[in-house]
Amino acid sequence: MSPWRRRLLFAIPLALAAAGGEAFYVILRRMQNNSYDPHALPSPLIGKRPPAFTLPGANGMQGFANTDIAAPPRPMLVNWFASWCAPCLQEAPILQALAAQGLPIWGIAYQDDPANLAQFLAQNGTPYQRLGADASGLTAINWGVYGVPETYFIDKTGIVRWRYAGALTQDVVEAQLTPLLRQYA
Amino acid sequence: MIPELGHFALACAVALAIAQGVVGIFGPSLRDARALRAAPALAFSHFLAIGLAFLALVWAGVVSDFTVENIADFSSSAVPLVYRISGIWGNHDGSILLWCLILALCGLAVALFGGNLPASLRSRVLGVMGLISGGFLLFTLTVSDPFTRLWPPPLDGAGVNPILQDPGLAFHPPVLYTGYVGFSVAFAFAIAALIEGRIDAAWGRWVRPWALISWCFLTSGIALGSWWSYYTLGWGGYWFWDPVENASLLPWLTGTALLHCAIVVEKRETLKAWTVLLAIATFSLSLTGTFLVRSGVLNSVHSFAAAPDQGLFILALLGLTIGGSLLLFAIRAPVLAATGIYAPISRESALVLNNVFLCAIAAVVFTGTLYPPFANLLFGIQLSVGAPFFNQTVLPLAAPIIVAMGVGPLLAWKRADLLPVLQRLWLAGAVAAIVFLAVAASRHVIAGVGLAGGAWVMVSALIDIGGRVRLFRVPLGNSLARFVTLPRAAIGAALGHIGFGVTVLGIAGMTLAVQKVVILQPGQSTELGGYTWTLQDIHDAPGPNYTQRVADISVDGLILHPSRRNFTAQKVTTNDAAIHTNGFQDIYAVFADEPAGGGAELRLNRHPMAPEIWFGGLIMALGGFVSLSDRRLRVGAPARRKAAEAAVA
Repeated sequence: MSPWRRRLLFAIPLALAAAGGEAFYVILRRMQNNSYDPHALPSPLIGKRPPAFTLPGANGMQGFANTDIAAPPRPMLVNWFASWCAPCLQEAPILQALAAQGLPIWGIAYQDDPANLAQFLAQNGTPYQRLGADASGLTAINWGVYGVPETYFIDKTGIVRWRYAGALTQDVVEAQLTPLLRQYA
Repeated sequence: MIPELGHFALACAVALAIAQGVVGIFGPSLRDARALRAAPALAFSHFLAIGLAFLALVWAGVVSDFTVENIADFSSSAVPLVYRISGIWGNHDGSILLWCLILALCGLAVALFGGNLPASLRSRVLGVMGLISGGFLLFTLTVSDPFTRLWPPPLDGAGVNPILQDPGLAFHPPVLYTGYVGFSVAFAFAIAALIEGRIDAAWGRWVRPWALISWCFLTSGIALGSWWSYYTLGWGGYWFWDPVENASLLPWLTGTALLHCAIVVEKRETLKAWTVLLAIATFSLSLTGTFLVRSGVLNSVHSFAAAPDQGLFILALLGLTIGGSLLLFAIRAPVLAATGIYAPISRESALVLNNVFLCAIAAVVFTGTLYPPFANLLFGIQLSVGAPFFNQTVLPLAAPIIVAMGVGPLLAWKRADLLPVLQRLWLAGAVAAIVFLAVAASRHVIAGVGLAGGAWVMVSALIDIGGRVRLFRVPLGNSLARFVTLPRAAIGAALGHIGFGVTVLGIAGMTLAVQKVVILQPGQSTELGGYTWTLQDIHDAPGPNYTQRVADISVDGLILHPSRRNFTAQKVTTNDAAIHTNGFQDIYAVFADEPAGGGAELRLNRHPMAPEIWFGGLIMALGGFVSLSDRRLRVGAPARRKAAEAAVA
C-alpha cells in the first residue's frame, strides 16, 4: 500500500466520526427549535377522518358523533383528557387561553368518573364547547390514542392534520399549532 | 452550607483536573523530574476534590435537604435510606457527578499502581485523563449543577421513581459506569502512545490489565442491568434492544475485541494501529452511549430528561475528545509498523477473525440504533428499528464467533495446523451434536442450535484446560499439580469462554419459554408448562412508602407472592414479579391487574435456563478477575521478583 493510501485509510474513522457528529449537531439544533421531536409518535389518523363514533354528553354538556365534526365551520381541536391525569391538569391553562382566543375545542373525557370529572372542570374551567364521555375507552382505541392528554387538529373538511401526545405547552402551541391554524384558516 | 462546600470542591476539581491535563501532557517534554512527578500528585488531589463534592451531595440526600433542587426533585423523606443514597445517581446531574468521580478514581489508580510504567508515559496517560475529566466537570459545574438551591424549599421531596426503588439501582449504575469509564485508561494509553509515537510489546502488556478490569465491570454491569429489567419491569424479558442497552453493548463488543487484540500486540507486536483504534473506539462509544443517549436524541425507556442546550455542550465535548483522538490517530498511526508476521491458520488469524465478527456485530447494532434519527434527518421518514432487526442480524454474526471460540485458543501462535486441533475437539463436537439432536427432536431447531453452540464453547474450553494439565495422560494428582501452576491468564480465558457459553445456553433456553395471561378467581387454577397454577387468595399487605395487593399463587406446592404496589406519593402502581428459581429454570408470576369482574389478571411464565444468562455474565467477569491475578499482569510483580532475586543472590 502506498503511504498516501495508508494515510487516507487511517483518516476514515475521523471522517465517519465527523459525519456522525455533524448529524447529531443538526438533530440537536432541530430539537432546540422544535422542528424535530424524537419522541413524536406518528398517528395513523393524520390525513384521514376520525372513525365512526357516537359519544354521550358529560357533565351536563352535549356529546358528539363523528358526523358532527365531518365539516366544522372553522378548524378545531379535539382534546382527550381525564380528571385522573396529572399532565391534563398542566395543560388546562393553555387550553383555556386557546379557547379564549376563539379556537373551538371539543373534549373527550377518557374513562372518567362523572363526579371526579365535574370537580376537575369546576376547578380548572371548561374550555370545551362540547364534551363527550368515552367511558369504555373503545373510541380511544379506534382513534389510536396513546395516552391522555392527546390533542387532534381537525381542518374544515373534517380531516385530522396533526396530533400531539402529551401536555400542550406554550412552545408547542407557538411552534406547531399556530402555523397550522394559519395554514388551514 | 455543606452543598456550597460541595460546589466549591467541584470548582476546585475542575481547576485541578485541567492542571493535571496540561502538566501531564506537556510536563514530560520539559525533561524535569519534578514535572514528571506532578501529574500523579494532581491526580490524587483531583480525586480528593471530586470525592468531597460527591460526599456533600450524598450528605444532602441522607439528611433530606430539600433546599437542594436535585434532592427535592428526586428524593423524599419517606424513601428508605439506601434509596435516598442510590437516588443520587438515579438522575441526570447526579449520575454525571458519579461518572466524574469514577473517572478521577481511575486516574488515582493509574497514579498509585502505574509505578512500573515509564514516568513519561504515566504522566501523559494521566494528562489525557485529566483533560477528559476537566471537560466533563466543567459541564457539571456550568449547565448540570447538582448543587443548585431551591427557594422556598418544598415540605417534602417528589420522591424516587418507584421503579428505581430497588437494590438493582443501587449497584447497576456504579458498576456499569466503572466499566464505561475504566476504558478511559485504555484510551489514555492509546493517546499517550500516539503522542510518543511508540507502541511495543510492553505497551500491550501495560494496557491489558486496565482494559481487562474495565471489561469485567462492564460485563457485570450489563448482566446486572439485564437481570434488573428482567425482575422489575415484569415483562419477563432480559434484553429489549433499547438504545440505552445497545449503548452499553457497543463498548462491550469493541472492548472484547480490544482485549483479544492487545494479546496479539503483547505476544507478536502486530495489529498495533488496529488495537489503538479499538481503544479509541471503545471509550468513544462509552462516551456516546452515556451522554448522547441522554441528550434525548434517541427514543428510549431510560429517559433522563435533559435539555438540548446540555446536549450541545456534550456534543462539543464529545467532538473534542473523539475528533481530537481520531485526528491524532490519522496523523500518527500510519507510522506504526508491524513487526510480527503470521500464517492464515494461526492464533493471530483466529483473533483477527474474532475482531472482524465482533466489530461487524458492533457495526450492525450501531446502525440499527442510530438509523431512526438519521433516517428522519436525511429522508424525513418516521420509523423505529426493533428487536426483529437486531435478532435477525446479530445472531448469524454471533454463530461464527461461537464456532471459532472453541478452536481459536487451541491454535499455536505464528503457524498452526487445523486438523490436530479439530481432532482434540471431537468430544466438544460430539456433545454439541447430542444436545442439538436431543433438543431439535422436539422441533425446537433454533433452541437446539443455540444450546449446542453453548455446549460446544464450554466443552472446548474445558478440553483446552484438560490438555494443558495433561488430564488422563498423567496421574490425576500430577494433573492437579499442573493445574495449580497453570498461568492464571489461561484459566481466566477458559473461564471467560465458559461463561460466554453459559450465557448462550441461557439465551437459547429462553426461546423455549412459555407464557400465558389469565384472569383467575380465588380458588381457580390453570395449566402452563406442565404445572398447575392456582390462585389461592388476594389480600392487602403494608409497605414502607407504598400499599400493596398481594396474590398468593401455588404452583405445584410452591407458593408465589406477586404484588401490585401503589406508591402513594407519586400515584404510581408497579407490578412486583414473584420469581422462583432452581438455578436452571425460573417460575415467574406477575399480578398485572384486578379486573372489574373480580379476581386477578395474572401473567404466568416458565423460563427454562433463564438464570444462566446472568450467571454466565458473572462467570465471564470472574474469568477476567482470575486473569488479572496472573503474575505476568500483576502490577509491579516483575520488579518485586527481581528485587527478591537480587536479595537471594
